[in-house]
Amino acid sequence: MNLITISGPPSSGKTSVILKTAESLMQKGLKVGAVKFDCLHTDDDIAYEKAGIPVKKGLSGQLCPDHYFVSNIEAVVEWGLAGGFDLLISESAGLCNRCSPYIKEVKAVCVIDNLSGINTPKKIGPMLRMADIVVITKGDIVSQAEREVFSARVHAVNPTAIVMHINGLTGQGAFELGTLWYDENQKLDSLKGKKLRFSMPSALCSYCLGETRIGESYQMGNVRKINLEEKSNEA
Amino acid sequence: MKRKEQLLLASPARLLKEYPFLKSFFMQVPEGILYDHQQPLQHLLMEVGEEKSENQGFDTGHFLDQLDEFIHQMEVFSGMAEKTVRSLTILPGNDKSGQPENFESLQFEASTITSIVGPTGSGKSRLLADIEWVAQADTPTKRSVLINNEKPNPDWRFASGKKLVAQLSQNMNFVMDLSVSEFLELHAGSRMIANADIVIQRIIEAANELAGEKFSAQTPITSLSGGQSRALMIADTAMLSSSPVVLIDEIENAGIDRKKALALLTGEEKIVLMATHDPILALMADQRIIIKNGGIFKVVKTSDEERELLAELEKGDKKLQELRTKLRAGEQLGDSI
Repeated sequence: MNLITISGPPSSGKTSVILKTAESLMQKGLKVGAVKFDCLHTDDDIAYEKAGIPVKKGLSGQLCPDHYFVSNIEAVVEWGLAGGFDLLISESAGLCNRCSPYIKEVKAVCVIDNLSGINTPKKIGPMLRMADIVVITKGDIVSQAEREVFSARVHAVNPTAIVMHINGLTGQGAFELGTLWYDENQKLDSLKGKKLRFSMPSALCSYCLGETRIGESYQMGNVRKINLEEKSNEA
Repeated sequence: MKRKEQLLLASPARLLKEYPFLKSFFMQVPEGILYDHQQPLQHLLMEVGEEKSENQGFDTGHFLDQLDEFIHQMEVFSGMAEKTVRSLTILPGNDKSGQPENFESLQFEASTITSIVGPTGSGKSRLLADIEWVAQADTPTKRSVLINNEKPNPDWRFASGKKLVAQLSQNMNFVMDLSVSEFLELHAGSRMIANADIVIQRIIEAANELAGEKFSAQTPITSLSGGQSRALMIADTAMLSSSPVVLIDEIENAGIDRKKALALLTGEEKIVLMATHDPILALMADQRIIIKNGGIFKVVKTSDEERELLAELEKGDKKLQELRTKLRAGEQLGDSI
């Protein structure tokens, strides 16, 4: 089985890109399965089912979605192997723009859209910086110049990635993307021993544990203060 | 010594001197990492430390790989840029039912216009995707694409700085909050071209030639009218886009001089493809292809007779434009007919 992890900011077009690309792979006779990780709610599983793709969904609820992802991906892979898939697609939204639930030696795709603004590539951390393939969507509604500037910025943030422009509505480019997603020589039988490409945010403070009251005396654990003293760009 | 080691010993300031294009790369590095451009990179990266690395989502080893790759690609890219695309050739494949396409080879030359006719869903997107991907009988249509009559360099597929096809469609809008000149400076900056000021001025002049109403370099792009926006997009694509092929999805018949717009693109040696159902636009092309059931059904050269018809159609069109102008001015239309 091949495993591919796909992430990107909410509403960037991940599901549309996946559905169009999966369609082209299924036409070649490949068996495709999917898992959708989200935070509070998703209806995308219905869209997958409609497209004839077996799907599982996982909602992280009050947990950090990326921590939830990494604690569940191994079991999901087992589900995929049992289902006899040729390709298992894991889709998750990058909710805090910091994380990349990307795994070393597992193909990683980041989906971002032209409407998100040209400063966005810099704001997205490892999710964009460490992807193998960057898919840029919604190119049909912005000017050619904006598209070129946006993709130049993406390239400067992640020069090693393959950048593809996909139209999630017409599917233009999806067939081509599919040729990069599936490699018949790749055989994954477990995630045991594999590592994340980048650490996830470490935070354990009183609010992680359910505190709701505001004020210095309720703040415990890993707490950081905003710098209001001097002009600074540092976080 | 390997380049990565050399890079580590150099300071960002020195690297910028040697590789000016690194400006855009350094701009995307998280704040505070390259805080002093005079220090050697090795020193700056050593100072990052684990905490800062985790905070900023920044990996120093990965950074060095990316820097090395960026320089490599920009060098390849500048080599590619010298080779202009003079022609594209499409070798036939098959339509959706697997029937072979009925042409020997289809040539698109620089400075010529080909119109593409066919209803939505007939396979225009697929044709375009074949061109963008420089298909080598490895897409559903089994078409192949040649560049300058040769099997193309596979870099065309993946080099993010150089895409074969630029697109202009009626659905496109400017979404940035910038003035016309700021916007063009940004675009020129991403292309890293020399004499940007002159090019920008030429673009604004050309766009004003195309649009009925004039705009200035200070006008915010989001407040341009439909015709002005389209004019600016066309002039910008003609003069500043790196793509040798331009696909236009119809050009509306109001607020822009369509003939001049096409002349501008062909004058800049673009290969122009134009999806249209408007007879005037279709006949302005040197040839047209008719798409049916996912395949190229027919290739028709524009005949002399058709060119005569075009002249007539243009007269009628001009008349219509005049009436439109009068309508706007609040005049009676009856006495002009």
